[in-house]
Amino acid sequence: MSQTMTNIDYKKSIIDAVIAGLLALIVFGPIVGIVLDGYDFNAEPQRLIGIIAVVMAGRFVASVFFQTPKGAAFLYKHSSKDDGVHVLAADHKSKLRWIIPLTIVIALLVPFVASKYILTVVILGLIYVLLGLGLNIVVGLAGLLDLGFVGFYAIGAYGLALGYEYLGLGFWSMLPIAAIIAAIFGAILGFPVLRMHGDYLAIVTLGFGEIIRLVLTNWTEVTQGPNGMNAPLPSFFGMEFKRRASEGHVPFHEFFGIPYSSAYKYIFIYLVLLLVVLGVLYVKKRLTKMPIGRAWEALREDEIACRSLGLNHVLVKLSAFMIGASTGGLAGVFFATYQGFVNPSSFTFFESALILAIVVLGGMGSTLGVVIAAFVLTVAPELLREFADYRVLAFGMLMVLMMIWKPRGLVRMTRTGVEQREGNVK
Amino acid sequence: MDIILQQLVNGLSLGSVYGLIAIGYTMVYGIIGMINFAHGDVYMVSAYVTAIAIALLSFFGIESFPVVILGTLIFTIFVTGVYGWVIERVAYRPLRGSSRLSILISAIGMSLILQNYVQLSQGAKQQGVPTLLSGAIRFEVGDGFVQLTYMKLFILCASFIGMGVLTYIIQKTKLGRMCRATQQDPKMASILGIDTDKIISTVFVIGATMAALAGVLVTLDYGGFDFYVGFIIGIKAFTAAVLGGIGSLPGAMLGGIILGLSEALFAGLISSDYKDVFSFSLLVIILIFRPSGLLGKPEVEKV
Repeated sequence: MSQTMTNIDYKKSIIDAVIAGLLALIVFGPIVGIVLDGYDFNAEPQRLIGIIAVVMAGRFVASVFFQTPKGAAFLYKHSSKDDGVHVLAADHKSKLRWIIPLTIVIALLVPFVASKYILTVVILGLIYVLLGLGLNIVVGLAGLLDLGFVGFYAIGAYGLALGYEYLGLGFWSMLPIAAIIAAIFGAILGFPVLRMHGDYLAIVTLGFGEIIRLVLTNWTEVTQGPNGMNAPLPSFFGMEFKRRASEGHVPFHEFFGIPYSSAYKYIFIYLVLLLVVLGVLYVKKRLTKMPIGRAWEALREDEIACRSLGLNHVLVKLSAFMIGASTGGLAGVFFATYQGFVNPSSFTFFESALILAIVVLGGMGSTLGVVIAAFVLTVAPELLREFADYRVLAFGMLMVLMMIWKPRGLVRMTRTGVEQREGNVK
Repeated sequence: MDIILQQLVNGLSLGSVYGLIAIGYTMVYGIIGMINFAHGDVYMVSAYVTAIAIALLSFFGIESFPVVILGTLIFTIFVTGVYGWVIERVAYRPLRGSSRLSILISAIGMSLILQNYVQLSQGAKQQGVPTLLSGAIRFEVGDGFVQLTYMKLFILCASFIGMGVLTYIIQKTKLGRMCRATQQDPKMASILGIDTDKIISTVFVIGATMAALAGVLVTLDYGGFDFYVGFIIGIKAFTAAVLGGIGSLPGAMLGGIILGLSEALFAGLISSDYKDVFSFSLLVIILIFRPSGLLGKPEVEKV
């Protein structure tokens, strides 16, 4: 024990801490310590001193820790980048076989047990699961960083509102149409960006998302600009979820002879949304096993090798973009009908970053991880109201730390290996 | 006619500012081949530091214009430069050698951190600085007139001096030579005894100081800003960098000025509501038809 103690150079740690403290003073001093108040300012030294103390203490502890054998081992472990997919044995039996049906049963029971407030929060969580799954195809599987994903979300939401306003289309007809429109926009965006890779792609998609938001904001004659538009509620075989139905319709509660409750529409949206999420999960699971899914991943790992082996990279990338976009469009329709109202402020770059944070935290390419992350990142801030102001900060830190610590996310993507069949030609 | 000339004057000063910020993108891209996503937010931080510097100076009773502007410039450039260094240290250095996607996501995280941290400490409301320099030179043109405010003149002079100093540093000094060597071939440069980590840090600091200069100039001119300004201006400066050819310093300045001029003309003649849409569309069009920009070298894909 004493041997390890002598190896620690405390002088170095103290110098590290002092340097970190000085940097913190320069970085945080003006912004945190001095708060602008018109052309005047208020000094807030106690906040500044607190932050500097935390930074110095943290740097000191980290510096000492990394000099211990344990810390060195930790550094070594995390400096090696664990890339690629974890392949399981061919006869691997996943525990999920039991967990999945159990989760579905619990999920089906939620609306009948939970309060209306919890139900609305869970619906929001499911919408983000859908968004996360969509972006996960583009970023996680195909490796194309799309920062304008919120654009497709907006197309879905405004598709419902505009379709209702101008064409009289309802929730059920817009659900598939919005998905198709979003997919077409995905293809339109996909074509030009196929020639770019990495960072250029990220910036162009970001620009695309902003263009959509700016058009929605400024095209006031059609979209009513920042004031937003109304979106219709879903109906159940033509029955509406209102206290009094509009002309020619029967309200849901009157048809079944039950008392009116405003929770019915949320229960209904929840159940439909749950079915759609399960459907998307299933489709995605199948896709990853099909050649197209494997081609996405191959393209992510090495594009040049894939192209030299004759893979049609245009088709492969476009398909990822279109499938991802259509999932985003679906989520948008649900969002609009859940809110009953859409306006451009719901579709800022922050939304895209949040969806990206879900994919990154959950594990790129991993379905289970994305589902869990979507719930954690959307439901947790709702339940911890007093920390809601800090959530963007937390997302940012999460993204930086995750990339340093576990670039492939918390849940590693796995796939089951293939076994040679008995009786094959030797 | 006078409207067009007026918009050209406005566009020129706006474009020189875009050029200053574009330098940060172009230098970082040249040296590590990635977009510093947090660069626009560094600009935003410099706007806040500018206002704080002015408030501090007036608190100490310093009112004379040259002293205030010099003090603000020095203070803002110093603080923002340290920001550049810290950002590189926290969000980029630990990721050296990992995949581009990881580095980019880390950079986006950094951008969110900066935005939210400033919002939490300073509040979400619009902030402002007092007008320090007023007055204008007027030229008669036909029936109307074109005016060049002293502030716009100051912006033009200051940004061209900034670019000149930077060009001198990169072309003539030892530090500049080391930067160019690292840009050309980081591995070879490090074999030949250049501390490439240090050079990359320096490049981030240089980029941040140029963004700081732009931040001071724009803040003094427009007066108002909030924690979100870095986002739009960051994308536009990036567009300027791509337009000029990313990786090329004169390209950044040229791209900035072309973008500033065309945006001002678009806003003046067609629609100011859609001027941001115009810039974004321009970015997409450049990237499709001329991804290496006006002065850039075509990128070679390496296996």
